[in-house]
Amino acid sequence: MKVPFSYNWRNLWARKLTTGLTVTGISLVVFVFAAVLMLSEGIRDTMVATGSKDNLIIIRKGSTSDLLSVVMREQIDLVSTFPEMQKHADGSIMATADVVTMINLDKKGSGDMGNIYLRGMANPANNIRPQVKLVEGRWFRPGQAEAVVGNKVHDLFQGAEVGREIEIGSRKLLVVGILDAGKTGFASEIWTDADLILNEYNRANAFSTFTFHLGNQDDFEVIKTRLSSEKRLQDLEVKREQDYYLEQSQFMATFITALGLVVTIIFSFGAMIGAMITMYAAVSNRTTEIGTLRALGFKRRSILTAFLVEAVVLALIGCAVGLVLASGLQAVTFSTTNFGTFSELAFGFSMSTSTIISTFIFALVMGLVGGFLPAVRAARLNIVSALRAEG
Amino acid sequence: MIITKFIVKNVFRHKLRTALTILGLAIAVMAFGLLRTVVTAWNYGVDASSSTRLITRHAVSFIFPLPYNYRDQIAQIPGVKQVSFATWFGGVYKDNAPDAFFPRFAVDPESFFPVYNEFILPDDQLKAFISQRNGCVVGKKIADQFGFKIGDIITMQGDIFPGMWDFVVTGIYSGRDKTVDETQMIIQWAYLDESLKETSPSRVGYVGWYIVAIDKANQAGMVSESIDGLFSNSSAKTKTETEKAFQQGFVSMSSAILASLEIISFVIIGIILLVLGNTMIMSARERIREYAVLKALGFSSALVSGLIIGESVLIGFAGGLIGLALTFPIANAFGQAFPTIFPVFEVMPVTMILSVGFSLGVGLLASAFPAWKSGRTTIVDGLRQIE
Repeated sequence: MKVPFSYNWRNLWARKLTTGLTVTGISLVVFVFAAVLMLSEGIRDTMVATGSKDNLIIIRKGSTSDLLSVVMREQIDLVSTFPEMQKHADGSIMATADVVTMINLDKKGSGDMGNIYLRGMANPANNIRPQVKLVEGRWFRPGQAEAVVGNKVHDLFQGAEVGREIEIGSRKLLVVGILDAGKTGFASEIWTDADLILNEYNRANAFSTFTFHLGNQDDFEVIKTRLSSEKRLQDLEVKREQDYYLEQSQFMATFITALGLVVTIIFSFGAMIGAMITMYAAVSNRTTEIGTLRALGFKRRSILTAFLVEAVVLALIGCAVGLVLASGLQAVTFSTTNFGTFSELAFGFSMSTSTIISTFIFALVMGLVGGFLPAVRAARLNIVSALRAEG
Repeated sequence: MIITKFIVKNVFRHKLRTALTILGLAIAVMAFGLLRTVVTAWNYGVDASSSTRLITRHAVSFIFPLPYNYRDQIAQIPGVKQVSFATWFGGVYKDNAPDAFFPRFAVDPESFFPVYNEFILPDDQLKAFISQRNGCVVGKKIADQFGFKIGDIITMQGDIFPGMWDFVVTGIYSGRDKTVDETQMIIQWAYLDESLKETSPSRVGYVGWYIVAIDKANQAGMVSESIDGLFSNSSAKTKTETEKAFQQGFVSMSSAILASLEIISFVIIGIILLVLGNTMIMSARERIREYAVLKALGFSSALVSGLIIGESVLIGFAGGLIGLALTFPIANAFGQAFPTIFPVFEVMPVTMILSVGFSLGVGLLASAFPAWKSGRTTIVDGLRQIE
């Protein structure tokens, strides 16, 4: 014989203030827990979206970021002759040789300094990054001191407007367009002409990376073998673009997750104790009721279940409230320096099904742990003394 | 006196509930203390910076190097005591395991230690470092972490400076006090520069940034302007700022993370408030009749409210103290888990004051509602109450 659920529900409803405080406490913990998961998910999303699965990137061995990589023009020319290269209709290969450097811009509002990647490319029209589109103005013209800025740079940094100029070293670049790169890493970059950067920074023929489109996925190993067997390409390595960008954010994601989880775990104990206090109070206030229920023939186990259910309901309401609060974070953009590459990286909070499930389980455990001891106490009450209790 | 006795007795009436409340508070205060410590550790470079040191870097971004010949020109400027410089070496140690990251700088061995006089290195070790081109000096903390001893060879894979590098440990420095970063590795710039002659001649003769020691802190602005003015028409313009401002720039790169930590620490305060408030509301609710009896005996409403406030503040204070005591071991453990991210991880006095201060404040705030409510309850209503 089970105690009806409506009994628990009406009990929670009877002490609105206490129930409300407990639920709020749990929902705050759930909110932080979900926010941490959403943030690491957001970093992952950005990095996965930055690389395309059909693209391969060639960098210098051991480079942890584009900044440290050097690929020479003659090496690029050599790789370009590989028969595995995909070609456009006009016979040119689907590839881009980029030279990457960094400039400092100030954030809007706070004026904090951010490190922005400045990416020079030979031919912007030869775009092998379909996730990047021009939304305002036009592309820069080769050989001109012009640039296009990513959407996050435009949103978050000063002076990244069409018609304004951005200073790089001894020259100024005129901003002529704005890119929509969605939530990819390219959204935090400025793109301009490759030769301009090579000259400005005396890099001669030293590009940073070479990215190309692969028609047949099985050719990845072939390219690898070609690099290791050709003497002039010994110092290079090839990676899938997606893996490359994921590796760059590994450290950041790990750090945020570790810090967030340490904190969340610590104060989930606080929330459990909050639930425990509430449930113990409920038991002591309702001693007579429990005695009556037992006298009516409800089993100890039913009483235990009833009180556990009450604690779990508290936790789940808190979970729902916390998740609703956390889902509001999806509108927030989080922009910080990626320790891995030292460049500015803007990402969002992503709510995924797995985050919702993890949060739900987390809240459930909080409710069960917080409610278990009080429920045991309720179940073990002696009928006679419970009926005799005051209040 | 009698009131104090009353309050203490009330606190211990519900032993389990009080114990749980204090435990809950203590855990939350501990989390708060840990977070604040992370924030202060992040800012340690700003607090530990010297007011008589300026940093001169490339105006566009500090990843761009500056010509070595700027050194003598800066040294000529009035008010400059000594000029040293450093270059970021980077490199990969132990396959880039997260705990194998520590800062590695290439410096000028003669001027580095005089300029950074908070780095203590025995004289004989300094001499050995100067005389050995591929020598290196490591901080005490990383020496302990990796078991480096004098004479050991540290092998690194270069990234900014390509190739495999073997550095011989010629010295181990320690900090003058607790605020000094003991996780750095220092090597000779001349040794790196030499190697570039082979691999990339165009990069020879450049340094990362200059460290300028000045005579008086109040000349910082003037000297900075003179330095930047000197190179305003050259291809590599400079930006000179105090070491504090330079470090602040680094910290502000992670401002978003710091802001989130701040927000979370306030959420924690909110949770403390809810837990304690809940307990106080329950206690007050159970004692409505007693309060009515006290009033019927002629005690004032203010005294009844005072009883509740006193009890709440006492519990808050106890939780705060225990939480603070717990902060130290957990901060120690956390600092040891990430030795290289946080070179200095100490619970600061300001964190201690905040932890206990907030607990007391929360104690006051949590009792506000029940104290107000029981102060207002009339004697008749109170005696009629069945709970």
